[in-house]
Amino acid sequence: MSTGSVPTLGSAEAPITPAPEPGTVRRVRRRNPNRPVYQEEPKAITKISKGVLLTIIVLTVIFPLWSIIITSFSTNAAVTRAGGMVVLPDELTIAAYRQIIAGGIVTRAVGVSVFVTGVGTLLSTTLTILAAWGLSKPTSFGHRPILFIFLMTMFFGAGMIPSYLLISNLGLLNSLWALILPGAVSAFNVLITRNFFMAIEPAIIEAARIDGAGEWRILSTIVVPLSRAVIAVVALFYGVGYWNAFFNAMLYINDNTKWPLQLVLRSYVLQGQAMPGADPGQIDIREGQVTGLPIQMAVVVLALVPILMIYPFVQRHFTKGVIFGAVKG
Amino acid sequence: MDAADSTTGDFARRPRRGRRAPAAPTRKLSAWTRFKRDRSLILMTLPAVLLLLLFAYLPMAGNIAAWQDYRPARGFRGSAFIAWDNFERMFTNERFALAVKNTLIITGFQLVFYFPVPIILALLLNSVLSTKVRTFIQSVVYLPHFFSWVIVVTVFQQMFGGAGLVNRVLLQNGRQPFDLMTNPDTFLILITSQSIWKDAGWGIIIFLAALSTVDPALHEAVAIDGGNWWRRMWHVTLPALRPVVILLLILRLGDALSVGFEQLILQRAAVGADTSEVIDTFVYYQGVIAGDWGFATAAGLVKGVVGLMLVLGANKLAHMVGEAGVYQKA
Repeated sequence: MSTGSVPTLGSAEAPITPAPEPGTVRRVRRRNPNRPVYQEEPKAITKISKGVLLTIIVLTVIFPLWSIIITSFSTNAAVTRAGGMVVLPDELTIAAYRQIIAGGIVTRAVGVSVFVTGVGTLLSTTLTILAAWGLSKPTSFGHRPILFIFLMTMFFGAGMIPSYLLISNLGLLNSLWALILPGAVSAFNVLITRNFFMAIEPAIIEAARIDGAGEWRILSTIVVPLSRAVIAVVALFYGVGYWNAFFNAMLYINDNTKWPLQLVLRSYVLQGQAMPGADPGQIDIREGQVTGLPIQMAVVVLALVPILMIYPFVQRHFTKGVIFGAVKG
Repeated sequence: MDAADSTTGDFARRPRRGRRAPAAPTRKLSAWTRFKRDRSLILMTLPAVLLLLLFAYLPMAGNIAAWQDYRPARGFRGSAFIAWDNFERMFTNERFALAVKNTLIITGFQLVFYFPVPIILALLLNSVLSTKVRTFIQSVVYLPHFFSWVIVVTVFQQMFGGAGLVNRVLLQNGRQPFDLMTNPDTFLILITSQSIWKDAGWGIIIFLAALSTVDPALHEAVAIDGGNWWRRMWHVTLPALRPVVILLLILRLGDALSVGFEQLILQRAAVGADTSEVIDTFVYYQGVIAGDWGFATAAGLVKGVVGLMLVLGANKLAHMVGEAGVYQKA
């Protein structure tokens, strides 16, 4: 039944296929068992164009990443031969990575980014879980005013200049805490988590309460283990936010030894400034060293790695965690 | 045990939001009793509330600088008050007018060319039958949402910039090179493509969720009545998406004055301030770079207030046409 020329299909499939209207001669095609019964089988041309379109969409994401990764592993000779970004692996080397992690500004920047992301994510996620559970009981004392404090921040922000002046007056300029504390609590994430918590079967919590458990115990032994999906997603949101942020560092950090990776990326890759300690003129002479594009692309890959590493583990929770919280809110 | 009992009772009942008094009130507890009962819950919200008060609410008071000739050396107390001068300057300042104009153009352009993309993509993906293929495509198109703007702009530069891949192919085929990254005429197309590449994939998640709640019986009913693909789309699929579309439109309208600040500030130098200056970048350059603090504060404040009015207005509008809106009517 490969090309649909054999009409003697097994009768097992017959009930699934809607009976052809009388008078029309329809070729019996193999039906996809996943296709809902009410749906007619699309024409071949529809199927093909849909396949091509989806392939192009996927390639627009994968192709640039591929090219960046390959270029970061290429030698200068390969880059010259290709005339820029390398698409087909030519001469591969890990020289670029060895050079950027050997010390200097990129290495320091990775340290800063890892610190800010690690500490920030831990702090934000903890505070968010606590606040979400504290707000999960609509009849509790002060519930509405406290909720309002969170909600209001979603609709009106103080503005860039007053925030800058505050950080400056607190003496936090050039401090890494300026990259963590101001955005440590996101009302949106608190609400997502709260919605998730509020949908936990009340009977379970009631049972614990009757057994004498207090709020802290209920939160840590029942609520948190039941809410791994939303906690994973919220932690990812915070983590990605800290890792990717560059403007707050541009605003608050003038000392370039305290720059996070994204700011280094902006100055030395996007704006193409020469990287201190990687003077192309002298390094080029040494054997096996690379300069320029491979180094820049290696920094890009370095900035992508944590995201690409964590993403597969969190991704399966997206629909459960995000939609559940967001749509209900 | 008395307090604990009433706790569970209240919790299980969970009254609808916005109802002042429950129809059949339970024993009225004094505020003190309720405070004692809920003190651990209040304590849990405390650290987050303190951070918000310090970093989100306290700077609101700093907007006082909008009415001052603010000098950092003198601080809020020492700087002279100049009444509405900063606001008056705003209406005569050409750069500010340009920033407002660019902001509105970008918002409008993206509303037309960006907003429908996730919807179409979601419909396309929803029609893919194989769960494996669908999951794979989803994981790929969600991914760029988690890239920073620096990386997104770098990717576009390496692909479409003066020395990018596309130009290389053009040159090899004897065509004129075209630098998309620095051309002010195509800037709108550039930033919209970047937004689509980064966020349109992620945008489908909410539409896919809405589509998955559609009862297949509805499709079957239309099919039995002889409805074809178009009929099913029009009478079943699209109505299922309507509440989500309206919700996102409201959010977009409330955000109309914020147009990809990080994205634009990264490319302002390459493409020139004439096309890329928006209200947020104006505030940054006028305040932090030029040191015109009072004026920049005033510009930011006006933007915040107008934004608040926009989102409240859009929400009211949604209630008027019978949709749920962003938040419930209190």
